[in-house]
Amino acid sequence: MFTAAILAILVTMGLALARALMGPTVYDRIAAVNMFGTKTVLLIAIISFLSDRTDLLDIALVYALINFIGIVAVLKLVVYGNLYSSEKENPKQLNATGNDN
Amino acid sequence: MIDIVINIVLLAFLAITAIAIVRMTNLFAIIMLFGIFSFLSAGLFVVMDAVDVAFTEAAVGAGISTVLMIATIALTKVQKEKHTGKHRPWLPLAVVIITGATLVYGTLDIPAFGDPEAPAQKHVAPYYIKQSIPDTGVPNVVTAVLASYRGFDTLGEVVVVFTAGIAVLLLIGGKRTKQSAIKKEREKDDT
Repeated sequence: MFTAAILAILVTMGLALARALMGPTVYDRIAAVNMFGTKTVLLIAIISFLSDRTDLLDIALVYALINFIGIVAVLKLVVYGNLYSSEKENPKQLNATGNDN
Repeated sequence: MIDIVINIVLLAFLAITAIAIVRMTNLFAIIMLFGIFSFLSAGLFVVMDAVDVAFTEAAVGAGISTVLMIATIALTKVQKEKHTGKHRPWLPLAVVIITGATLVYGTLDIPAFGDPEAPAQKHVAPYYIKQSIPDTGVPNVVTAVLASYRGFDTLGEVVVVFTAGIAVLLLIGGKRTKQSAIKKEREKDDT
């Protein structure tokens, strides 16, 4: 059963990779990378059950957090052009540069 | 059996991503592919039981460096790679092939993966494997060595990185406040 799950995840990883390679728009590629990160989390979780090392689950959780924060920062940079502004009209507002990465 | 399948598929994805990175000219797509490359290599590290290395790879490779490179693109506003006409790949190709062949030749002398008779396993490793649980109570031996046996060394590294981060923030952050203040003054003058 774990084998089937791993094969399914590998196929999904291939599809996400294809979308990241072809993706006509920026957002296709961002979604593909986000999905690829999620698939990595799932793969690590299944590997941890397969090899009976459930302490790997913590690593999978940290991957999920890194993936989320990274994608949010990338989206913010794509939309606003910097990491510190919260509105397009007021790009010079300085706040919390360090919190985003 | 399934381990071999995972290894082969992940390495194939890694090769596809690397070739795509070399062939593409859209810088944003290249950075996104760098993120995928980091996740793939982190997954491979986990398969090889190097959890600590995988953790660092995911945090630095997929997290921070992607954001830093996108921030660079946002600052420089260059979206496409520029191709200069005169580029002869033969000398770099020869250098890369010779270097790679030398490195592969060097790996022939390395003991097999996980060999218990390897010199690296015979020096201090038996002590750590036997004593790390009674000494420190940390289940992962690598973490026990990094955070307990070499605790002061790790503390020093953290202090160095922290100091470097503060210095960079002082250099970049200070400049930006000044520029925005000057701009605001100019805007006031204009109105």
